[in-house]
Amino acid sequence: MTRVHDMGGRFGDGPVKVDPETAPVFKHDWHARALAVTLAAGALGQWSLDASRHSRERLSPRDYMRFSYFEKWIAALADMLVENGVVSRDELAAGEARAAAPHDLRARRLEAAAVDPALRRGGPAARPGPAPRFAPGDRVRLRRARHAEIPGGHTRLPGYAGGQAATVLRCHGAHVFPDSNAHGLGEAPQPLYTVVLRAADLWLAPEHPDDEVTLDAFEPYLEALS
Amino acid sequence: MQHDHHDHDHAHAVLPPDPALRVRALETILTQKGLVDPAALDEIIDTYAHRVGPQEGARVVARAWADPAFRAALLDDAGPVLDDMGLTGRQGEHVTVVENTPERHNVIVCTLCSCYPWPLLGIPPAWYKSDEYRARVVREPRRVLAEFGLELPAEQAVRVWDSTAEMRYLVLPMRPAGTEGWNEADLARLVTRDSMVGTGRPRAADEVSAP
Repeated sequence: MTRVHDMGGRFGDGPVKVDPETAPVFKHDWHARALAVTLAAGALGQWSLDASRHSRERLSPRDYMRFSYFEKWIAALADMLVENGVVSRDELAAGEARAAAPHDLRARRLEAAAVDPALRRGGPAARPGPAPRFAPGDRVRLRRARHAEIPGGHTRLPGYAGGQAATVLRCHGAHVFPDSNAHGLGEAPQPLYTVVLRAADLWLAPEHPDDEVTLDAFEPYLEALS
Repeated sequence: MQHDHHDHDHAHAVLPPDPALRVRALETILTQKGLVDPAALDEIIDTYAHRVGPQEGARVVARAWADPAFRAALLDDAGPVLDDMGLTGRQGEHVTVVENTPERHNVIVCTLCSCYPWPLLGIPPAWYKSDEYRARVVREPRRVLAEFGLELPAEQAVRVWDSTAEMRYLVLPMRPAGTEGWNEADLARLVTRDSMVGTGRPRAADEVSAP
């Protein structure tokens, strides 16, 4: 089993509520604040992007489903701040700080003048790493969708694709391996591939025999298929 | 190391239920602790509310339509091309551009969260992050696209790109008919956000005032 966020292919959801392109970027002011405070807190360097994703996935299924998008961000941020000792549970409950943060952490505060360069720099995930075992055109099988390293742990292999045959489309070189990095176990770079799957293999009633789904798969997700 | 015992120990439960108050509480605490600069928050918001958005992706598409060498380089390896244009950055560190043809239509999703090419398209719209889109577009893309008003012919196969790593995707839509000789600025006016996600087509030439 995976977690509630892993919803690709799920049945039962209604029509997409399409908002026009002219809709404001942030529907409410607090959406914008939620995004900004999450980015600014991330800049303190106390957790990785992978850990941040996993903290949203670790929301209880009930919270994940009842929270709107940015409510998930805020809840996950609060959880990470406490888990990493940046903010205490007392401070959260009181809504105010009990003490200043340690000097070395305050030194990492993202200043307004540093925002633009930091956003332009981003956080590239490409790393030196092992040479790829597979090449474009190779047939592979995706391993069973399950948590790779840790029960309930983070993985980027969606459940709908687990166990399916696929063809390697592109190799992107080695990238940080989220299944390890999300848990503080190191970046452990792995070759990253785009693989393509036939809709007819994935779904009982595919819409069209030639339709396809691609996903980006780390090498530990793949085994050779002769 | 984080284990699933955190599953039963959610600190966020002590925050007030109203989301605007929750955000306010976190912002207040972090500011008081000296960890967040309110002016930096304003700068981040201004960036994504006003400066970075689909107009950036539209410039790339328009240039690809106008310049075959640029188009070839972009499809081969978008990274250096976008770097040169100053269009890489957070949530767009690694980008692949995929081209629509009469034989194949491409559409982008992130079924696991909300991965989206921020430096090219800005912050994703609500529908892109919705359960309905994430759950359904991989299994029934044609029905989902029809909800956007996009009906695909049977001759066109659909390839759905699920963004499951740090690679971000941009669709290069087909150039609308009747735009021969248009310059890049005029072509860019035809490019919609949804056409670059694959849930729409660009505007037709007669939908914008002629150059």
